Amino acid sequence: MTHVLSMLVENHQGVLSRIAGLFSGRGYNLESITAGVTTDPQITRITLVCKGDDNVIDQIKKQLNKLIDIIKVNDLSPLPSLHRELALIKVLAKPNLRGEIFQVADVFRARVLDVGIDSMVLEVTGSSDKIDNFIAVLQPYVIREVARSGLISMERGKKQNSTQPPKRKGASEKLNADYKVSIA
Amino acid sequence: MKISGAELFVKALKAEGVEHLFGFPGGVVIPVFDTLYSEPDIKVILTRHEQGAVHAADGYARSTGRTGVCLVTSGPGATNTVTGIATANFDSVPIVCFTGQVSRSMIGNDAFQEADIVGITRPITKHNYLVLDRKDLGRILKEAFTIANSGRPGPVLVDLPKDVILEKGDDEYPAKVSIRGYNPILKGHPNQIKKAAGVLKKAKKPLFYVGGGIHIAGAADVFRRAVKKTGVPVIHSLMGIGAIPGDDPLCLGMLGMHGSYIANMAVSHADLLFAIGNRFDDRATGDLAKFAPDANIVHIDQDPVSISRNVPVEVPIVGDAGQVLEQLLPLLDAPSIEDWIEQIEGWRSEHPLQIQVRGEIAPEIAAVEEPAAKKQDASQPSIGHLRPDRVIRAICRKFPDAIIATEVGQNQMWASQFFTFRHPRSMLTSGGLGTMGYGFPAAIGAQIANPDKRVIDIAGDGSIQMNIQELATAVQNKLPVIVAILNNGYLGMVRQWQELFFHRRYSSTCLMTGDGCPPECKGPGDHCPVYHPDFVKLAEAYGAVGLRVARDSDIEGALAEAGRITDRPIFIDFLVEREFNVFPMVAPGAGNTEMIFSEGEES
Repeated sequence: MTHVLSMLVENHQGVLSRIAGLFSGRGYNLESITAGVTTDPQITRITLVCKGDDNVIDQIKKQLNKLIDIIKVNDLSPLPSLHRELALIKVLAKPNLRGEIFQVADVFRARVLDVGIDSMVLEVTGSSDKIDNFIAVLQPYVIREVARSGLISMERGKKQNSTQPPKRKGASEKLNADYKVSIA
Repeated sequence: MKISGAELFVKALKAEGVEHLFGFPGGVVIPVFDTLYSEPDIKVILTRHEQGAVHAADGYARSTGRTGVCLVTSGPGATNTVTGIATANFDSVPIVCFTGQVSRSMIGNDAFQEADIVGITRPITKHNYLVLDRKDLGRILKEAFTIANSGRPGPVLVDLPKDVILEKGDDEYPAKVSIRGYNPILKGHPNQIKKAAGVLKKAKKPLFYVGGGIHIAGAADVFRRAVKKTGVPVIHSLMGIGAIPGDDPLCLGMLGMHGSYIANMAVSHADLLFAIGNRFDDRATGDLAKFAPDANIVHIDQDPVSISRNVPVEVPIVGDAGQVLEQLLPLLDAPSIEDWIEQIEGWRSEHPLQIQVRGEIAPEIAAVEEPAAKKQDASQPSIGHLRPDRVIRAICRKFPDAIIATEVGQNQMWASQFFTFRHPRSMLTSGGLGTMGYGFPAAIGAQIANPDKRVIDIAGDGSIQMNIQELATAVQNKLPVIVAILNNGYLGMVRQWQELFFHRRYSSTCLMTGDGCPPECKGPGDHCPVYHPDFVKLAEAYGAVGLRVARDSDIEGALAEAGRITDRPIFIDFLVEREFNVFPMVAPGAGNTEMIFSEGEES
């Protein structure tokens, strides 16, 4: 199953390499990773998307927590959360096709960033699925280049007052009480 | 006051109470060694190879619990530490390893003796640092010592660029640091502890299973009290040796690949496995599907990663083994397990192999006849006929309270089977990484830390040659380390696997191979070439004492002679039976009850 982990990490040199090395060294499956500084310049937020069964995901979270430079790991998958990715797509667009491409872009709420003699650059944001679909729809027009940002995610705000934290699912549930791992 | 980076480094060592530093100098760290030169409180132990320095720091740390410190230069000096660091990392040993680095402006330019040691050691350290700003140096040094010896300990590497070493700056060495991403949990969760005590009380076939975490936490004492209070029998991993005296009736011995019959049977029939400080390593569990099939598992460990990784755990407790056991002790009750103890005693009598006997010695199956004298030159090693188990039992009788270091392979397993360990932290062995060449330098480090104890390295003739250069270190520091070489002329453990699983094709495992050997040797005999090196001459060349024992009746005498020497290392070349195997054995991938007891049984 795919999980989205949102982490706060020290803005130290090598921290991305520690995370990437952890995944490659232990054979975990890393689908995407994005990093950007937070309002505190010493802290970076990293969003990573990884795949694995419950045991593997549990190990990934524990191993990440062991890294000294990682301050907090938050698994967003079981929580109500927002996921967005941005993509820039350059498609072949002879003048006679531009109108059609504009229409497709409109349907996906994509923006046209650039128009060249025979190409256009489109910007689209949304879930990874939406971007996959957009790319699929553009396929017939010949895609020259795609640049995707990888996922960034955030937990939604509370919708009602409750003292209970949202409940997590999965095999690891009973362990959580004891771990530093954990939910925001 | 403004001081240089090197001066701050020395100040930090003193503040941390470091008395010994294991190292080897080189271009970029000359200024650090220069500062140490006039420092009477810190003794620099100059090893002959950087790997030796790290293993020595490791032996120093394992035998005492204090942090081992080493200092080496950039490039090859740094890369030579890699095996030592990985060894310490696998076995959770607190080490701080300082490496020199080229000046900051040259980093990345492929400068002379440059290596990205922080990149290289990232996956094999608990944490590591490259100091890029002199003003961070004090904090980083403090963090390094803090991280290395807290929580689940481990090696920390600090890479010091030459210009940072030289730069004048702040002289502050903080007394404390807080690291927001690092807060080890020490106390166990009270509810989990209650639960653990509850399941132990109700268990019909409980078993304590202890690992190296017991020693790291300094918890052997409280653990022994827990065993006494509950009467629950104990099995241990290789790293857990000494948690309870090996001759205690409740100690069933080591489990796993070369564990005792009784421990492997017990773990396979237990209904509760009360695990403390272990990783459930594959050499201990065997086939996971057949591991402790009937048991619920309670697992106390400092590192959440170790819990439910290989084996699902019913009651996980994250915390320091010592603190958790202290919390647990008042809640413990003795379960009623008379039937279980009886069943265990049944296993004890079922396989009266010497290997199961932990207390007084192996049935000394009638003395073997002394072999006819061989035709070889008496001064040269000849084919041996000693039994390694007897050699180790004799060592155990002569030096019962010694600290034992081992190399890796058959020597390591025989040491774990036949030496009766009575004290915590008395066995130094590379359990996780399995590093040949670990034992001798580790013994040197342990001897430095424990000048009043006997330190003995039980070695093989293959392993000892991997760090034999440290003889010079031992001689120059007048360390009476005894190295008992069980010399069978083979890389014995690999040879054993070849015998059992590869049709006795001894490819590249015979250390005697030479002129006149057939392309495919059918086994050892009188035709074998002379062994090299001659360990006796080699020891003497270094200024150490060299002894050779070829006959059973000479074992005690040689050990007595070694025992009288207190100012030099002693090499004893025990010529053992060449094809003696380690049994029982659980074949790789088999379950723990599927033990092989002799050569005829290979599957």
